[in-house]
Amino acid sequence: MALLVAGLVLTAASGALAVLLSSWPRIAQRAATAALCLGSALGVAAAAAVLASGSVLETAPLSPLPYGAVSLRVDGLAAFFLIPIFAIPALGSVYGGRYYPQVERGARAARLQLFYGLVTAGMALVVAAGNAALFLVGWEVMALSGFFLVFTEHEEGPVQRAAFVYLATTHVGTLCLFALFALLLRETGTLELGRMAGLSAAGPRAGAIFALALSGFGLKAGLVPLHFWLPEAHAAAPSHVSAVMSGVLLKTGIYGLLRVTGLFDAPPAAWGASLLAIGAVSAVLGVAFALSQHDLKRLLAYHSVENVGIIAMGAGLALLGRSRGDPTLMALGFSGAVLHVVNHATFKSLLFFGAGAIQEACGTRDIERLGGLGRAMPGVATLFLVGAAAISGLPPLNGFVSEWFVALGALRALGLPRGDPAALAALAAPALALVGGLAAACFVKVHGAVFLGSARSTAPARAHDAPPAMLAPMAVLAAACIAVGLLPQALAPALHRAAAGWARLPAGAVAGSALDAGASAARVSLAGALLLIAVAATLALRRWRLPGGQPRGQTWGCGFALPTARMQYTASSLAKMLLQPFKGVVRPHVEATLPDGLFPQEAAYHAEVPDTVLDLLIAPLLRAADAVALQVRSVTPVRVSVHALLVIVTLVAALAWRFLWW
Amino acid sequence: MLVRAIVQLLLSFALAPLLVGIVNRVKSLFAGRVGPPLLQPYHDLLKLLRKGAVYSRTTTWVFRAGPVVALAAVITAALLLPIAGAPAPVFFTGDFILLAYLLALARFVTALAALDTGSSFEGMGAAREVTFSSLAEPALFLSMLVLARATGATSLSGMLGGALPGAWTAAGPALLIAVIVLFVVALAENSRVPVDDPNTHLELTMIHEVMVLDHGGPDLALILYGASLKLFLFGALIVQVAAGAALRGGWGDLAVFAGGMVGFALAVGTVESLMARLKLTRVPQMLVGATVLSAFALVLLVR
Repeated sequence: MALLVAGLVLTAASGALAVLLSSWPRIAQRAATAALCLGSALGVAAAAAVLASGSVLETAPLSPLPYGAVSLRVDGLAAFFLIPIFAIPALGSVYGGRYYPQVERGARAARLQLFYGLVTAGMALVVAAGNAALFLVGWEVMALSGFFLVFTEHEEGPVQRAAFVYLATTHVGTLCLFALFALLLRETGTLELGRMAGLSAAGPRAGAIFALALSGFGLKAGLVPLHFWLPEAHAAAPSHVSAVMSGVLLKTGIYGLLRVTGLFDAPPAAWGASLLAIGAVSAVLGVAFALSQHDLKRLLAYHSVENVGIIAMGAGLALLGRSRGDPTLMALGFSGAVLHVVNHATFKSLLFFGAGAIQEACGTRDIERLGGLGRAMPGVATLFLVGAAAISGLPPLNGFVSEWFVALGALRALGLPRGDPAALAALAAPALALVGGLAAACFVKVHGAVFLGSARSTAPARAHDAPPAMLAPMAVLAAACIAVGLLPQALAPALHRAAAGWARLPAGAVAGSALDAGASAARVSLAGALLLIAVAATLALRRWRLPGGQPRGQTWGCGFALPTARMQYTASSLAKMLLQPFKGVVRPHVEATLPDGLFPQEAAYHAEVPDTVLDLLIAPLLRAADAVALQVRSVTPVRVSVHALLVIVTLVAALAWRFLWW
Repeated sequence: MLVRAIVQLLLSFALAPLLVGIVNRVKSLFAGRVGPPLLQPYHDLLKLLRKGAVYSRTTTWVFRAGPVVALAAVITAALLLPIAGAPAPVFFTGDFILLAYLLALARFVTALAALDTGSSFEGMGAAREVTFSSLAEPALFLSMLVLARATGATSLSGMLGGALPGAWTAAGPALLIAVIVLFVVALAENSRVPVDDPNTHLELTMIHEVMVLDHGGPDLALILYGASLKLFLFGALIVQVAAGAALRGGWGDLAVFAGGMVGFALAVGTVESLMARLKLTRVPQMLVGATVLSAFALVLLVR
């Protein structure tokens, strides 16, 4: 536990070093990075110890504050979340040393590092809190630091808009959480999470708790339709911040959902089914929106909606498993969800680091203006390809393993007895297949348009490969993607222990299914090895027949001898046909000058796909509320004293209601 | 058991191009031509392996890795599929998911290799390929789920093993739908009429063939062999589901299986000779239709 506390303090304080030493920017940034990395290493070590031993780490409760004893508590579930929470910001800070150097950016970089450390500690506190009050403290530290991080480039209009939309939504979410914990306090008489367990899931109050958790945590996690704030916020922040926000910060919402649903005994099937359905919709719509984007970082942010959807599908299956008393279904869904949390953090950060390197090298992140970067940036291109294949769920990488666990859960649900509607949860498997196919299509588009072919504008002309300080964190993440993909069985025991702890089953209850899934995971690993052998053999055959030194020529253009880069298929045209089925939801704003007449002169086409929920639902609602507020203000007198009086009257009325009638 | 599985696997690797030869011969019979010899695909492969290659100046290592990784993925997928009712060399719970994703890996690298050339034709082919395949994927999964539910098995070797005859008597209609859907998926995934025409010489209308326009020599040989192996895999899957009770264990199954595979080639060739290619915008409708049909079959079983 001392390790974890030291890790928390070091990460929280790391950014202060950057501010305090700002007269010596180079040293300041090195010191802050070193402190963050050291703190993160301690935190990861603490979490890894919990996972390896299967024990629960608990501090003795500190002197009771008004809302119960303050304590830290790390079980298997929390430990799985702690690993990316500590590891990704540490890698990001190394990357940031070159991507956002304090020597060049001055005070702005110092401020960024201050909140970078705080957001890390805040997330870790959320996950490690043993008490709801401490949880909320961590939640707000994390949410507000997140705001300042998004706000880094605060002169830019889109950044301001993104940051304020983020701030408003995160507070709506916090409001839900206050209500949620107030209800829990009423039900259990305590705010200590460890002592709340064993709630009855019957009755409207349990339903209200689940609904509040779903909206409050769903807002943070970015489940459709509560995802509207996310693409802009993640695109607006500097890339190593986007990596943390998109890869890790969202997952605190998933953690909260799992933590709260874990408190109940035998949750009703409707909870699992609704989470599964919301997850499936999020996954499909997330990837559909991603396909329609041409801003690289917005596209990646929409993929987070997709992946959070996949995680929610796993969590839904786990809940269904508990309501049906099936530990195997529970363990498979839970393992899929939690492993995907870790995996998504890995490959999404890798992709955002890559996006940052591209933006730095080319000055744009519009993929329609890029192309052919594979030659100028071979390191980034190769590592990005690993991330792209992993996020598409392709074997032998980590994304496949967690999606496969979720699909196994669906297959398990299929085995439920005839007439049980929960067997329809098996439809999660084809939904996953659709999402996987669309995600692969999207990353064919991204990688093809950015790194392959030839340059579509002058932007990539001066591109250069990223420096080692930026490539090294990416290489670490890519290695993690490959390692988890090739050796998933190593994680199976820890996942099953965490699943049993979450469902409050004895460790032995999951053992039988653990053996089965563990054995299957070992076979996946075998298949991965066979794939590598097959690649090696095919490569040897090719090498033997084509030893190299082949002549180079022009791309075949059906006899046309003067191909130009503008003839290439664009990213938008690649996605166009795929988006046809989604045209009800994905609504592009198109500005086009179409070629006209026998000798067409100019032609132009520009399409932007705004977020449908934000533009068609939230924005009109807010505008209407604004109009009503203006009306109200016009009928009340403008004198400040009258306003003050109104406030006092409202307060007195509320207090009277609280004490006299409630 | 393992010895038999490996012998059968090696036979499949050897005989996969023959399947394409039979399809081509069926088409030539329908057209009233003499047609190429049955072994022509082997001659083509050997010829291509002896040739050199020319690479476009825009391409990188991705272009050259595409055919290699794609073929390796299809070969690995073949290791998971039982042949003639005997268990595959590697089988486990949920192996059909891995098989589908390995085929997806092959598609991913092929499409990337196509985009590496910077050619608009190949980009167009890649766009169509990823579109149709992502729509075909749910239909494939749903029909596999039908099979899993009907047989109570969770691995391909279990689904196509001893429980299948019983499943045909208990859930015949659902399995029949699954076979039909699998056939539609096989036509789409293997770029066959009515989705794609492997014979067309107009780049604009092709899908799979246009993606590999720039590959030549040994690279093209790897691609062609991979394509024939993939067709063989889908054929083997469909034949084993459809044969059901006819596969009773023992070496006699090989004859039944071989007959079934010839039948599959006849069916593909016949469809190809009698039908026109669908309009491109109709293809998604056909695939969504197949998905709905297989979902219906699943509901029949779960209800």
